[in-house]
Amino acid sequence: MQTGKLKIRTLKNNIFKSTVIVFSVVTILPILLIIYELVSKGIKQISFDFILKTPPDTFEAMTALSNGELIPGGIANGIAGTLFMVIMASVIAIPVGVITGIFLYENQGKPLANLTRNVSDILQGVPSIVLGLIAYIWIVKPVTHGFSALAGSVSLSIMMLPMIVRSTEETLKMIPQTIKEAALALGVPYYKVILRVLVPTGFSGLLTGILLSISRILGETAPLMLTALGSSAINFNIAKPTSAVPLLIWEFYNDPNMVDLIWSSSLLLMAMVLSLNIISKRIVARTK
Amino acid sequence: MFKMNNNSLIIKDPVLSIRNLFVSYDKGKYAVNNVSADIKRKSVTAIMGPSGCGKSTLLRAINRMHELYENIETKGEIVLNGRAIAQMPTIELRRMAGMVFQRPNPFPTMSIYDNVIAGYKLNGIKMKRAQRDEIVERSLTDVALWNEVKDSLYKKGSFLSGGQQQRLCIARALAFDPEVILLDEPTSALDPVATSKIEELLVKLKENYSIVMVTHNMSQAARISDYSMFMYLGELVEYGKTKDMFTKPKDRRTEEYLTGKFG
Repeated sequence: MQTGKLKIRTLKNNIFKSTVIVFSVVTILPILLIIYELVSKGIKQISFDFILKTPPDTFEAMTALSNGELIPGGIANGIAGTLFMVIMASVIAIPVGVITGIFLYENQGKPLANLTRNVSDILQGVPSIVLGLIAYIWIVKPVTHGFSALAGSVSLSIMMLPMIVRSTEETLKMIPQTIKEAALALGVPYYKVILRVLVPTGFSGLLTGILLSISRILGETAPLMLTALGSSAINFNIAKPTSAVPLLIWEFYNDPNMVDLIWSSSLLLMAMVLSLNIISKRIVARTK
Repeated sequence: MFKMNNNSLIIKDPVLSIRNLFVSYDKGKYAVNNVSADIKRKSVTAIMGPSGCGKSTLLRAINRMHELYENIETKGEIVLNGRAIAQMPTIELRRMAGMVFQRPNPFPTMSIYDNVIAGYKLNGIKMKRAQRDEIVERSLTDVALWNEVKDSLYKKGSFLSGGQQQRLCIARALAFDPEVILLDEPTSALDPVATSKIEELLVKLKENYSIVMVTHNMSQAARISDYSMFMYLGELVEYGKTKDMFTKPKDRRTEEYLTGKFG
């Protein structure tokens, strides 16, 4: 009798355990499949040319395909454009985000800080295409009079802001109050306590937030379609249309001769995002 | 002429004199309620009392660290070496009245060397290398840490043990050559061995420095202090030589606290 009950309980336990394991595997599976697909379809196009040259035109690609060769050229314009716009977006978003985060940390519970925090959270939920539209209205039409890298960067920087603000505030909150007191007890002025003691102490946390926000915008496509548009050449002029890796993927998708390039571009983009994520995880693990 | 509390001592040439000090965090509620006392030079003065009696607030009022709290109101006067602290710039005041906290709090991003010199560095005071080296060596020697860390001065301070970290924090305060050192329960986060080392250190330091220490460890006060204050509900109930206070307390509340009836 007793052993029978025990058997049922063990059975229930095992069923539960295996369900948990099955669902965990289901969670891991998509990312493994994605990486598998990208590598198996994209790896053959990856070469130095792929990073250093601009894309071929449809005719070149078609000729190469019909001769059974690899598609010539690469996505140098996309890589350069992505780096250019991400750097510009970071230059805009990091100072604003970090300073806002410091403001929120210093003014816990005050009305303006609460409002700012809530607005920043809402901003995180704004669809990226809407941010693209806004940058179109603000920058493309009145400032650069045409699609431009600047407009793309502005829309991306708005996407970065909420994450940087939050991570700055949370990081500073985790620093023990006693460190702040130690500096103040030495007669150090308030702004120096923040800039020379708190920010360096929380540096790895700030860096993690920044890296994660960059990895979030690396693959953004929708806002760039309305702002940077794309370009077949490498461009470093902030007032000119600029390409980006995700934009190129969309362009390749629309051209039946370029299908192979979709996979290699996606593979490269995925590798960039994954490595940023892994680096930031590493930093967090090291500082804990 | 101000009115002295009848329990106050008369001390000649005090390093600090506190006159009718009131501190409130909340309107009408006094964390420190009309405290007057003179603090003797080159001796250890302990402030005792149950939690919430205002002893930490009193200590923090001395270098105006209590002003960091919101809605703080301070009345009365504290005079340090003949100068009213309310009129002093906080940087100067806090150089003259160094503070050590309950938990050791060296700056985690700085080396041991930089931690000692942090007060100069963060305030942008420029010095020659030799001068800095001398201050670091003197301060670390004063806290009996020099021999333990002289080969690892450029390692992070946070790798030291708790007791060593606390001595590093005392060294950081000593680097300014302060008039008075304020300690807020400096050993309550430390183990007994580290505690006795800090206590020995304080007894040695009083040859050159004036020390005010908050403690709720009565035996610690009895062991190392020359003068003791007993505070209760914001008031200074009794102030006298530690020996007198522990052997024949004048106030019934002091006696009850010392005999463990409350606290």
